[in-house]
Amino acid sequence: MAGLLERFVRGDRRALARALTWIEDQQPGFEQLLHATHAGLGRAFRVGVTGPPGAGKSTLTEKFVLLCRRRDQKVAVLAVDPSSPFTGGALLGDRIRMQDLTLDDGVFIRSMASRGRLGGLATTSLEAADLLEAFGFDVVVHETVGVGQTERDIVSAADTTVVVLVPESGDAVQTMKAGLMEIADVFVVNKADRPGAENLERALTATLGLKPRADREWNPPIVRTVAVEGEGIEELAAAIDAHRTHCHKSGVLIAKQRARSAERVRDLVARRVDAHVWQESGGEKMLERALDRIRDGDATPYSVADEIVAAIGFDSGLVLPGKEQREGA
Amino acid sequence: MTEQKIRVLVGKPGLDGHDRGAKVVAAALRDAGMEVVYTGLHQTPEGIVETALQEDVDVIALSILSGAHMTLLPRVLELMQEAEMNDVLLTGGGIISKDDMQALAEMGVGQLFGPGTATGEIVEYIENWVNDRGAKVGTTS
Ligand SMILES: Nc1nc2c(ncn2[C@@H]2O[C@H](COP(=O)(O)OP(=O)(O)OP(=O)(O)O)[C@@H](O)[C@H]2O)c(=O)[nH]1
Ligand SMILES: [Mg+2]
Repeated sequence: MAGLLERFVRGDRRALARALTWIEDQQPGFEQLLHATHAGLGRAFRVGVTGPPGAGKSTLTEKFVLLCRRRDQKVAVLAVDPSSPFTGGALLGDRIRMQDLTLDDGVFIRSMASRGRLGGLATTSLEAADLLEAFGFDVVVHETVGVGQTERDIVSAADTTVVVLVPESGDAVQTMKAGLMEIADVFVVNKADRPGAENLERALTATLGLKPRADREWNPPIVRTVAVEGEGIEELAAAIDAHRTHCHKSGVLIAKQRARSAERVRDLVARRVDAHVWQESGGEKMLERALDRIRDGDATPYSVADEIVAAIGFDSGLVLPGKEQREGA
Repeated sequence: MTEQKIRVLVGKPGLDGHDRGAKVVAAALRDAGMEVVYTGLHQTPEGIVETALQEDVDVIALSILSGAHMTLLPRVLELMQEAEMNDVLLTGGGIISKDDMQALAEMGVGQLFGPGTATGEIVEYIENWVNDRGAKVGTTS
């Protein structure tokens, strides 16, 4: 790891790419790598771009990144597409619409397969974003496919969440896209060159008035864009800036970053406790042996859980009454 | 710990028109459990190699039907060497004569597949190559 880390710190993009793989594959040592590179949080601004398939998220991201580059910001993009639950394979096609960014050394794009995580992000999206932040990117964009059900994920990953809809989404706004409605800090009505953009905007405005939001102080603006033509991108950037300023002033940004740190620590602890119980303390073996007893009616899942938890010395909070009582009953 | 996934860049350099073949191969590799970064048409050698670097792929698979393989593939190879990508396979397909294949193989290009090759053959070739190479440098401590 030492060699890779040294190259990473020197700003070697190939080392960054390899480190991202290491994290994605969760190979031994990946947590040490993250520990060693962890920068103070909040250096990079994190933008989430989500919306239904084909809404123009990648096209819009390309144009937004080009604008960031004109402002001299270095930008990383993490573009997530789903892995097949059956084969584990994935087709990652977001780069097709981001060709103008490829040869700019102030930009780094990584396509990630979700690898079993539901909710739009990849299993290691957050860790990958941390690594990109540590490498020195000013902005990290998460592109995820969102269909309106399980989008909470992106909210915890991003400081500002942009929801991209298209005129065709009109009918769905009231019903299916409820999840998308609640998470948006900024709405984009993309493909505004097509008929129906105005209707969608009206439907959005109407629905927004009715929805309670976590942050009452912020009314999500609606920006119309034609991403393929680069129209509306300045307005989009201005809306993102405005939200960022709002989050700074109101303390929402700090709160989000703290929540993100807390979630990370909880995840790590849970993962370690898991490994401790099931592998290191032999929980898996105890479970295996207990399955026959459960089948024969000599034990229940509840009593077996008690046994396993007690075996690692964790006997507060057993579900069943004490042994003596049980035998007495 | 989770397994290491095979990552493949599938793209189409040069100016010729359609990418049906490349898409079929991309889908087959995905169905074999690989993560396929699909870049689409009209890629330059510089763009291909930079993309391969950022995506840290194991394999670059290019579809070349324009007949320009004797300029495109050596150029990609040269850029790969400049970027010190010595653990990445360059392979591909197209209408390529035996002599050209021979010449490219001597330069260090991997096996090349003619039109109509069963996709299973390509999958197997890539899986075997990655197996023989072993883990990526720097991802095992
Ligand atoms: N007419 C029109 N087409 C657009 C616009 N923006 C994007 N497109 C087209 O919409 C298609 C999908 O664009 P992408 O940027 O790939 O959309 P995406 O949301 O990233 O798609 P996925 O990542 O596959 O979900 C492409 O053919 C784009 O050229 C727009 O403003 N107007
Ligand atoms: Mg996309």
